[in-house]
Amino acid sequence: MSWLSVWGDYLPTMLDGLQVSLLLALISISLGYPLGLLLGLAVSSENLAVRAISLAVVEIGRGAPALVVLYLFYYGLPKAGITMEAMTAASLGLVWNTAAYSSEVMRAGFQSVHRGQIEAANALGLADRHTFLRIVMPQGLRSATPGLMGLSIQVFQATSLAYTIAVPELMKAANNLGSRDFNYLQVFVLAGLVYAAVTLPATWITVYFEKRMNRAYA
Amino acid sequence: MDAFFAVLRGLPLTLLLTGSAFAIGVVGAVPVALGLNSKNRLIWLVCRLSVDLVRGIPVIVWLFMLKFGVQFDSFRLSPLAAAVLGLGVVSIAYLAEIYRGGLQAVPRGKVEAAQALGLRSRAVFFGVRAPLAFRIVSPSIATYLMSLLKDSSIASTIIVAEMVYQSQTYARQHPTVEGILPYVIVGALYILLSLPVAYASRRLDSRMRKEVYA
Repeated sequence: MSWLSVWGDYLPTMLDGLQVSLLLALISISLGYPLGLLLGLAVSSENLAVRAISLAVVEIGRGAPALVVLYLFYYGLPKAGITMEAMTAASLGLVWNTAAYSSEVMRAGFQSVHRGQIEAANALGLADRHTFLRIVMPQGLRSATPGLMGLSIQVFQATSLAYTIAVPELMKAANNLGSRDFNYLQVFVLAGLVYAAVTLPATWITVYFEKRMNRAYA
Repeated sequence: MDAFFAVLRGLPLTLLLTGSAFAIGVVGAVPVALGLNSKNRLIWLVCRLSVDLVRGIPVIVWLFMLKFGVQFDSFRLSPLAAAVLGLGVVSIAYLAEIYRGGLQAVPRGKVEAAQALGLRSRAVFFGVRAPLAFRIVSPSIATYLMSLLKDSSIASTIIVAEMVYQSQTYARQHPTVEGILPYVIVGALYILLSLPVAYASRRLDSRMRKEVYA
């Protein structure tokens, strides 16, 4: 059988898997980014306890491999009496991971806001809260945007790890087809191409966006 | 304590895997980075597309492709070989992108000064631009090393007996409350391992900034 006809056979199953991958990425991003924003703020809180806890959450989320976090939720917690579905465990693990990484991207964005702007707002008598919400946050988030777009692509790719805890996403679909027909090369090359079909255009859009932002500031 | 030593058995392989893939990346990325900066549109396009493609496909897919897909007659890659090769190629792509960014970030004035002194273009590149670029990107290289260390955990999925694999094995053999312990230990070990690199990266960052932009 030629590669193309094999691929034609496999594509529908893979696209079903892709839907699950995309859903998982969507959950991770839509919960992870707001959480990351909160964590980013909490890390620079004046309250020592808040700072310590949020720092631990960020450092564990960034320092431990996503795979380990997924295993901990899916294989580890049931042994301590907490059982959850594969999709829930994968979502929780990836949300944690996403929140930790995005908090750093957002913090860097906030720090890139020119000090003069904050001083000007202070001089105008704006309360700290307003200075942050009206001046620092909008500009900070804007300069964090290319970073967050890049991170989203990474998050989408990280959903492939959910295969290891039996989430029926793209990689799982590919592996099922592979162990059914032993066409491993064709199967995984196709899986790679399906991932690339999402990530490549997304990468190019991100690069375009980055360039446009740089020009706007130059 | 048992769990700790069980996980620790995987440490040499984790370090071997990370170290070899990093070595492949650090060297292999040099020609690719030059290609990404090439004025020849064809060379540029080939390098650009390959780097984006390699980076756009998840590591686990590369590892499965190499481990299960590559077969000539009875030849197959061993799990370790597939993991080193896969992670090595992925690091080439990521590091090439980092190098490229560094080359472009070298202040123009420094390059122009070297040219004004009459240095040949080869000397300008190897004597001025490349060393400055290396200083600019050395913190990013350290950051990448940390993410490579974590990605090496994915090799456990193709049965390389590194730390995560060992923690899985231990957890299966101890299906009680203790089964949660190996995952906590292995997570803590990764964080511990990246601490020195993170420290070095932070120190390098402030030092290199001063040296390049002074």
